[in-house]
Amino acid sequence: MKKLNRRNFIKGSLAGGIAAAAAAGKAKKALAAGGDFGGYPDSMGVLVDMTKCVGCRTCEAACNKEQGLPEPDKPFDDYSVFDEHRQGGLPRRTTEKAYTVVNRYNIDGREHPLFRKFQCNHCNEPACLTSCFVNAYTKTPEGAVIYNPKVCVGCRTCMIACPFYVPAYSYSSAINPVVKKCIMCYDTRLKFGRPPACVESCPQGVMTFGKRKDLIALAHEKIGENPGKYVDHLYGEHEVGGTSWMYLSDVPFEKIGFDMHLGKEPIISYVKDFLAIVPMVLCIWPALFTGFHLLSTRKQANKEEPPKA
Amino acid sequence: MGLKTGKQVGLAALIAMAAPLVLAYSANGEVFELSSLANLYEGVSFDHDMHIEAVEDNCSLCHHHTAGTPPEDQMCIPCHKDSPEAESPACNSCHLIEPFSSANLSIIEKNPLLHHKMKPGLKAAFHQNCMGCHQETGGPVGCQDCHAMIEKGEKFYNTGQYAPKPGKGTGHH
Repeated sequence: MKKLNRRNFIKGSLAGGIAAAAAAGKAKKALAAGGDFGGYPDSMGVLVDMTKCVGCRTCEAACNKEQGLPEPDKPFDDYSVFDEHRQGGLPRRTTEKAYTVVNRYNIDGREHPLFRKFQCNHCNEPACLTSCFVNAYTKTPEGAVIYNPKVCVGCRTCMIACPFYVPAYSYSSAINPVVKKCIMCYDTRLKFGRPPACVESCPQGVMTFGKRKDLIALAHEKIGENPGKYVDHLYGEHEVGGTSWMYLSDVPFEKIGFDMHLGKEPIISYVKDFLAIVPMVLCIWPALFTGFHLLSTRKQANKEEPPKA
Repeated sequence: MGLKTGKQVGLAALIAMAAPLVLAYSANGEVFELSSLANLYEGVSFDHDMHIEAVEDNCSLCHHHTAGTPPEDQMCIPCHKDSPEAESPACNSCHLIEPFSSANLSIIEKNPLLHHKMKPGLKAAFHQNCMGCHQETGGPVGCQDCHAMIEKGEKFYNTGQYAPKPGKGTGHH
């Protein structure tokens, strides 16, 4: 144990100070680099106008064929599916056989029921991607959030992370169950600049395909040019940092199953500040607490040294 | 008698070759065969004369302003109140079969002054315009009321002869 004379004290303080400054600088850089992403500037998106949907389920059929999904339990022109409900009265959800579903909501005072197409919203900063520890998800520049089923270990953490409860799971597979979801037809269409199959198939033109920023402008134009028709809110414009699939409705969104309490922060914001501090803490705390320990045991150490003759 | 056999055959062949050019969009009297989108269903036999009677000559109910009459929607009046008859009032002259092709999207991008940026495609325009009115007037609103499903459609929708066998459900949601 070194003697705590003035020389050693100054040496120690200088060394500690440099170490602390370096670690703090690293943490600051990490915090700054973890700024908001906001999506790729030219990413494509889809605007869903729910006032136009008549619940024909052509989009479900188109997805089934485009993605080579298994045969459905009921024909796609069988509308008794709208009466199927899960525990708690919840409407249908996406499954390994159906990457998109249309659900019906009966609204008081509205002449026809409202139909809502439900599928992955392809968030700008996806929670699924954030939570995946094997990096199976990718946010493509074209806007789609895709995944590599070969990398997926089937842990289902993304299913918990997703604020919309989108990712489905191949429960039917005993050996290799993986996560399954809409990929915006990336492999077969989006990569080549073509709209997803559901968008193209819709007879009512419910969905508009284009650049996300153009769709935002179009949506607000529609709201403005049809006073009183739409709820003055474009769902997905800001929710969880913005999503590529956005929705217009004439019925308040909370009545048709949209979560209005998600906030504007992407899910990653809830964890990235904490995670950015970890390197600094791992550098400073050992040094700091070693210093405390040595200081506090100095007296005993000095006593144990045999007195110099 | 008339023409020699050879010339008859030649004439018939000539007419047969011309047929595809007119079949895609043809008027039979004033009944239009709308079949440019026919894929899962048959084309639609659209009785234009009957519809002219039904709207009491108010062309703008379907044709916006392109038939020379002022548009119904007040939002359109500021620009289109005096618009003349368009070169072609047909729906497909403005509403494209593939509205989201990259070619079309790049046209929109290159023309920032274009007002009608995201017009519905032809399929959407037909359904929105036709069904909107039919719902109010009691016209046909069911899919097959206007166009019968063909086998390709039955395969697509997993219905008819392609319906899943009963009892085959996995029981999963």
